[in-house]
Amino acid sequence: MASKAVESSIATIPRAKGFKVSLYRRAMSAFAWLFVVFSFVFLAAMFISIVGDVVIHAWPALTPKLLTDITNGIGGGLKNAIEGSIVMSVGALLLAAPIGISAGIYLSEHGQGGAGKMLRFLSDVLVGIPSIVLGYVGYITMVIYLGWQFSVAAGIITLTVMLLPYIARSTELAMANIPLAVREAGYGLGAGEGRVALQILLPGAAPAIMTGLFYAVALSMGETAPLLYTAGWSNYMWNGQFTKEPIGYLTYVIWTFINEPFAESHMLAFAAAFLITGGVLILILAGRWLLIRGQRRMGVYQG
Amino acid sequence: MKIPVFRVGLIVTASFLPLSLIALIVFLVIYSWPAIQFNQLHFLWTNDWNLGNLYGNPVDVRGAQIMPGAKYGIWFLVVGTIVSSMLAMLMAMPVAIGAAYFLSEGVRRSWAGPLSLFVDLLAAIPSVVYGLWGYALLVPLFGQTIFPFMAKTFSLVPFLGGDPGSGYGLLTSAFVLAVMIIPLISATLRESIQMTEPALKEAGLSLGLNRLEVFWHITLPKLKTVLIGVGILALGRALGETMAVLMVSGNALNYLPNNIYAPISTMAAFIASQLDSALQDPTNMAVEALSEIALVLLLITVVVNFAARLLLWMARVR
Repeated sequence: MASKAVESSIATIPRAKGFKVSLYRRAMSAFAWLFVVFSFVFLAAMFISIVGDVVIHAWPALTPKLLTDITNGIGGGLKNAIEGSIVMSVGALLLAAPIGISAGIYLSEHGQGGAGKMLRFLSDVLVGIPSIVLGYVGYITMVIYLGWQFSVAAGIITLTVMLLPYIARSTELAMANIPLAVREAGYGLGAGEGRVALQILLPGAAPAIMTGLFYAVALSMGETAPLLYTAGWSNYMWNGQFTKEPIGYLTYVIWTFINEPFAESHMLAFAAAFLITGGVLILILAGRWLLIRGQRRMGVYQG
Repeated sequence: MKIPVFRVGLIVTASFLPLSLIALIVFLVIYSWPAIQFNQLHFLWTNDWNLGNLYGNPVDVRGAQIMPGAKYGIWFLVVGTIVSSMLAMLMAMPVAIGAAYFLSEGVRRSWAGPLSLFVDLLAAIPSVVYGLWGYALLVPLFGQTIFPFMAKTFSLVPFLGGDPGSGYGLLTSAFVLAVMIIPLISATLRESIQMTEPALKEAGLSLGLNRLEVFWHITLPKLKTVLIGVGILALGRALGETMAVLMVSGNALNYLPNNIYAPISTMAAFIASQLDSALQDPTNMAVEALSEIALVLLLITVVVNFAARLLLWMARVR
């Protein structure tokens, strides 16, 4: 009985009157919502337009000839450039990964003090340095001063300096996500500092670190500015020499061949852009997939 | 005492990072020292880049060997770099905030993941591909249709009217730069929107604001520091961008833009495009002057990044 009375009294409470959202507020909200949707649609449209533009122009040029022929002045294939891009990216990765990962370990395990903070700050600043400046310093130091001329080694070392801070920071983030208890368990069983870092923490952080490395390779594949004056350009296959021997790479094809007046060169530029964009996007997606798979599996920590 | 081999090894490898930053600055200063002495500071605000008569005999001017008539002034580069980056920021900021809101709160969680892929992949596209896209699609489109239309419509507004140009120029560069930096701003902003305390949003909602108003009046003011920090960071990226700008800017020489359609050049693009001709100078002063430009660009970006990181650290993002 009593509950019924309460219910009916609630039901009879008059609804708040006189509260109306003003027309101005409604109009502003509608406008803001439109703008928010527009900004996302704009970004999606830009992405589709870039990828679509490259794919449409590159489509007629995608023939087996690209993989079997080397470039000549205005056309040909891209065999030498593909090889060069792979050599440089892999070379830079091989140099940058050990240094970057151990710098990342240092930052996450011992980076709480003043020196660690300083290091973190400087590596963040290093990320922001324009790649053309790196290329120019590579030019005056390695190409001129050391006399290596345009060479594979100069290109690889320049790319390495560019990749180091990225790899260090992604490793640090991956390691810092591992709970403290894991380290304590390791030390409690009598493991030394090196064993804890290398055999306990590193495998746990591996998926996230790998993702960072994939991103780094993608980044180095897409770079042009630091290579223009360090790696040079060559129409021929790489002969295995690290110094005094220039090398071709895909991004160079894009920006020089598009300036030639021939349709064949333009097609080659777009084909190179297609290969580079495809490679970079696949690497990024593979890195993400790796991270998600790692997170789903047991024994791996949130990245 | 046992030497901690492992830790010493870590410290040695980790010190590569600050060392390479210092080495960059030191090498550039050493190499460009003759040019710094010859040009002094006014090279920043004089406007005549001229390699001189490359077939003449080198002459002695102010204690340095240069080609006859050679002058190195980069005011047009300073203007082009700063104006194009600022314009890009102006275009990028609102769109980046809108996209960040859309992906963090505007759509349901299960859609946000796949949709944010567009933005993240946009950030991964190489800059030379942006340049190619600008060169092949934007320049003809802007130059033949949009710029003439804009110039006619806004003919009385300063900097928007006047000669619509060929499509290569300030506005095209700024547009490409804006598309490049929007994903960067948007990604960090999205993270910090998700990290804002829910209690704040709930307080706003309980006062009768709708979600957009909560975002505008509560979340965004809370993220002011982050916003400024990320903005400066993106500005640094825009200042140093080379290939994309090189392909759409029109590569103006000694020319100050009089409206937003005019061709420009930026420091980074100028370094990339001019080394070949600078190498023709037998006195080597041109190459050293280019290295001085690289030094100026490096110092600008170091200062900009320093400021941005300091702000972001104070806001405790990462």
